Amino acid sequence: MRKSLSVAVFGGLLAVSALAGCGGSDSGGENGGGDDGKIVLGFSQVGAESGWRTANTESIKASAAAAGIELKFSDAQGKQENQISDIRGFITQKVDVIAFSPVVTSGWDAVLKEAKDAGIPVILTDRAVDSTDTSLYESFIGSDFKVEGEKAGDWLVKEYEGKTGEVAIVELQGTTGSAPAIDRQTGFAEKIKANPNLKIVKTQTGDFKRADGKTVMETFLQSVPKIDVLYAHNDDMGLGAIEAIKAAGKKPGQDIKIITVDAVKDGMTALAAGEINFIVECSPLLGDQLMETVKKVKDKQPVEKRILTKEGTFTQEEAKAALPTRKY
Amino acid sequence: MTTIFKNRLFWPALILVVMLGINAFTSNQFITIKDGHLFGSLIDILRGSAPLILVALGMTLVIATGGIDLSVGSVMAISGAVACLLISDLDNQNSLSGVFIAIGAAILVSLAAGLWNGTLVAVVGIQPIIATLILMVAGRGLAQLFTEGQIINVQSGPYSALASGFFLTLPIALLIAAAAVGLTVLLTRRTALGLLLESVGGSPTASRLAGIGARRITIMTYVVAGAFAGLAGLIASADIKSADSISAGNLIELDAILAVVIGGTALIGGRFSIIGTVLGAVIIQTLRVTVVAIGIPAEANLLFKSVVVVALCLSQSPEFRAKVFGRFKSRPAAEKVGVPA
Repeated sequence: MRKSLSVAVFGGLLAVSALAGCGGSDSGGENGGGDDGKIVLGFSQVGAESGWRTANTESIKASAAAAGIELKFSDAQGKQENQISDIRGFITQKVDVIAFSPVVTSGWDAVLKEAKDAGIPVILTDRAVDSTDTSLYESFIGSDFKVEGEKAGDWLVKEYEGKTGEVAIVELQGTTGSAPAIDRQTGFAEKIKANPNLKIVKTQTGDFKRADGKTVMETFLQSVPKIDVLYAHNDDMGLGAIEAIKAAGKKPGQDIKIITVDAVKDGMTALAAGEINFIVECSPLLGDQLMETVKKVKDKQPVEKRILTKEGTFTQEEAKAALPTRKY
Repeated sequence: MTTIFKNRLFWPALILVVMLGINAFTSNQFITIKDGHLFGSLIDILRGSAPLILVALGMTLVIATGGIDLSVGSVMAISGAVACLLISDLDNQNSLSGVFIAIGAAILVSLAAGLWNGTLVAVVGIQPIIATLILMVAGRGLAQLFTEGQIINVQSGPYSALASGFFLTLPIALLIAAAAVGLTVLLTRRTALGLLLESVGGSPTASRLAGIGARRITIMTYVVAGAFAGLAGLIASADIKSADSISAGNLIELDAILAVVIGGTALIGGRFSIIGTVLGAVIIQTLRVTVVAIGIPAEANLLFKSVVVVALCLSQSPEFRAKVFGRFKSRPAAEKVGVPA
């Protein structure tokens, strides 16, 4: 509780970048820990926009504690400018390693160069950056979003195998310009391209949020005569959309088939209840892999440039079996 | 008086009608009756604009006194968090009394937030933009503290009815907003309160010397703005049956200020139009829906919105109207600006 208290207060302060500069004095109580030989990891999280993200945060915090790494955690609240100032803060505090999940893919060269010049190695988690200079970061640990999109596409193609009738698909994209939104869209589109009867009739951003997923789905339901399939780039948007579908008097999972990505607990519960048809897992539990890499980087050992997290897919039956032991 | 009023809101109203026309054209059911209540994209728009109407309503009163309230989005987050936390602790989440207690507690906290803002502005004398910035930043932190950074899910029928329920064929959320609007219009236009508000906005010092309790009136507007924001937060969180303290009401203060400005309320205070604000809020929500309905690509959403907003603002400018549409007289609007000074 106390930990979440300081995170919340600190995160709140960081929301105004002007204040973030003096935020250093705020964490003064923890600063002394850097001298006892412990590795200090500065981690800047995207935010807490979804259940997936909070599970990711929990995993990183737990793994850091287990690995004996001192974690300086900051929350960028979904804004790139906050994240850049967080990273600058880590550079001035001279942490040993910086890790972060970039809010968007572009615009990182300058601040990553600053970290490189300060001799602080950077590890990307969960989301990539589009820098052409790959020497700016040591490694990228995370899922391959394109593969996730492909898995979703594969399932759909198989589901409608042998049927030639037109299938109207609507897509709820993630945050415009973010790596998962772009890759999940491309992977999915490539897989269904071979079947001309599978048509994406509407696609719009729901910003990975439940509220936006609901409002956008409401309008989709109004403006598309018949929707057969919904493909949402994350569970939360899908859960919002389910509310909209129910409000329109349709049965989610039956009248409209729903595919989502992530497999967080709320999503899995809906899948087991038959309201979602298929979930592609995007595992947030990359904390252990991250800490292992941090240690290697700190010891100047070579690390792989691209580390994939282990993940699968879930059907409704598999969700029922997996749900009781699900951690997040 | 009525002709000026119509004139000022004519163009925003026309843009709204055009956008609604587009929606009527693109949607399967614009307005119809289904399962014993009204249904269709018009109802979706009105229901969806309820939180913004509430927030903008409070904002109008604050701006009328020459202030501004940036903390409304954070108050929404706090109120949703308080209500969902209390409801998630209930043994029976469907118990009406439990839900009412949770709603009451959330409104109380919102009132306290408004009182805090009002005190900082009217008693301590901090500039409104700074005074409310404090709660805008700290408030969201507070909401995250309550929820420990998690999204709190609730499965409560009565609570979700706030947003998705219907009463007398109309959405409950819309009825709440309409009641708030009706009450505010009644209090400000049928009593001297509206006059006092405008007088405080025009000149707090002169008002005080004239025997008006300027301080009390200012505090009251912030308290009312807090309460309305809290109500909006409840509707927004009931809509998704969860409290999402990060994104609830995020940046809604800007939409609310825009709605107020579209409605013709002067940002310097001293003049306000509640009906204009409601129109502004509905326009913004309609714009949001229209973008999706006509299939604007996600990347171009903001561009499309800004084009419409620029067109709206230009249509509000007497000079621009005089140049482009020479036949529209700009004189009445110019006279009106002269009043508060």
